[in-house]
Amino acid sequence: MSHPAIEVRHLRKVFSKRAGLFKSRVAREWALDDVSFEVARGETYGLLGPNGSGKSTLIRILSTLLIADGGEVRLMGHALPEEHAEVRSKIGRVSVDAAFFKRLSARENLLYTALLYGLATRPAELRVMAILEQLGMEERKLSVPLEEMSRGMQQKIAIARALMVNPPLLLLDEPTTGLDPKSRRDVQTFLEQLRRDEGTTILLTTHDMAEAERLCARIGFLAHGRLVAEGTATALKRRAGADNLDDAFIKLTGEELLDEEVEETEAMEEV
Amino acid sequence: MEQTVERTMRQTWAFVFRGFHFFRRYLSWEIVFSFYALTTSATVALIGVAAADYQLTLTLVVGALLWNFLSKLYQEIALSIALERWEGTLEYTFMAPISRLVHLCGVSLAAMIYSLMHTIIVLVGLLLFTRLTLNGANLKGVVVVLMVSTLAFVGLGLMAAVLPLMSPERGAEATNIFQGLLLLVSGVYYPVDVLPRWLQPLSYLSPATYTLSACRKLVGIGNAASTEQLLAGASLSAVVPELSVLVLMGVVMIPTGLWVFGRVETWAKHTGKLKRTG
Repeated sequence: MSHPAIEVRHLRKVFSKRAGLFKSRVAREWALDDVSFEVARGETYGLLGPNGSGKSTLIRILSTLLIADGGEVRLMGHALPEEHAEVRSKIGRVSVDAAFFKRLSARENLLYTALLYGLATRPAELRVMAILEQLGMEERKLSVPLEEMSRGMQQKIAIARALMVNPPLLLLDEPTTGLDPKSRRDVQTFLEQLRRDEGTTILLTTHDMAEAERLCARIGFLAHGRLVAEGTATALKRRAGADNLDDAFIKLTGEELLDEEVEETEAMEEV
Repeated sequence: MEQTVERTMRQTWAFVFRGFHFFRRYLSWEIVFSFYALTTSATVALIGVAAADYQLTLTLVVGALLWNFLSKLYQEIALSIALERWEGTLEYTFMAPISRLVHLCGVSLAAMIYSLMHTIIVLVGLLLFTRLTLNGANLKGVVVVLMVSTLAFVGLGLMAAVLPLMSPERGAEATNIFQGLLLLVSGVYYPVDVLPRWLQPLSYLSPATYTLSACRKLVGIGNAASTEQLLAGASLSAVVPELSVLVLMGVVMIPTGLWVFGRVETWAKHTGKLKRTG
């Protein structure tokens, strides 16, 4: 039996934080509150929501980096957190901040990742070259330390790193935020090709409505940790009686896609 | 099976590969660190030269070299997590399909190679400041003791490595305090019985105390038969008590270190502490 690529049922995550003058008060904030959805294999699913809505928390739970407080998560048929080892070999992740050893070159960072995943370096390097060529990046750039690269180039290297291991499931957390229009278009075109040619399942979080509409078969609106609506872009617009996805989001969630709130896990402490 | 072994070897090698390129890219800092380690070690060794006492000089040189090796080893392992937090790569390492045991073995192997290189540089430098002969010293025995004591220091490093996971800044500070305490109580440059009586019990808990005691015997320090030209280094059988304690400490500390690491990792995943700013 073929399981869906992602199954999320009644997922909950709460962060606690000490507050008050003497940090004696405990404030609890729901990052995810009863979130349920499914993503079929080979589907591109978009999660839209402002900062602080729970997108990154959700991606971190799926990436085995956070443990949920309730609910069920299964990736490619494997339950989390119990089967984290099986899940890790099937996922690739790109986050909004391209995290690398900045003094090392792109090649050194990528080969380190290849070794970390137990891959032979030569085939991994060849695959990376092919990916970067598709993303419009020259091979000679691979010798440049990451700290000397533009954000767009770093993000392309991050995508190559996630795809080097050829994962059937790709978790993309705002991969195009802060990119120039050309880099953004390169990445979007590449993701379309990837889904079409390799059947990779993609979970994409983004603020960009046009990007979501272009790439995603279905879209979920996340606000204050709750999935308030999901469906195709057309269905969401119809349901909200809106002309575009921006208006549909505002009508269905009651808020705008502004970047005002702080990221949900920042400065949180277990109490 | 063969594939698993090959995969595990590659994963272990990843940390050595990363360490080598760090060394290359931060070469100017490495030169500064080595220079500083050499000058501080030479300063200590010259106290013995000034006293015209070759036994004292030898004690100080052996202390300086062993401390360079053991402290670097501990520091590299203990700060490996802090380094990844600062760089922001910790989440990527933790979501890779690598067992924590292989991960930490890789970190420890890279730390051992780095510490050994660093110590060799200090040793070569110290030979320029002192006219010591090591004729008659049981150097093979010293290597055996060093290898055995690495186990305990790896265990200590693993336990300390979780501190930056719990609190990024204070954790790194705590690892340094712990290292300072080891230097104080282990009798690196003096016998532990000169410590205040209330502090002496701590020296028995430090693996460095036994490493230093064994290495001094193997080199011939404190042996009445030793002369400036020919040292009377003890045989390995003479340091079996120290070796036994070191093996025991390694056997206890490595699994304990792994267990502590696993517990803190799970806690960090509940609280979101793996995140760079978390």
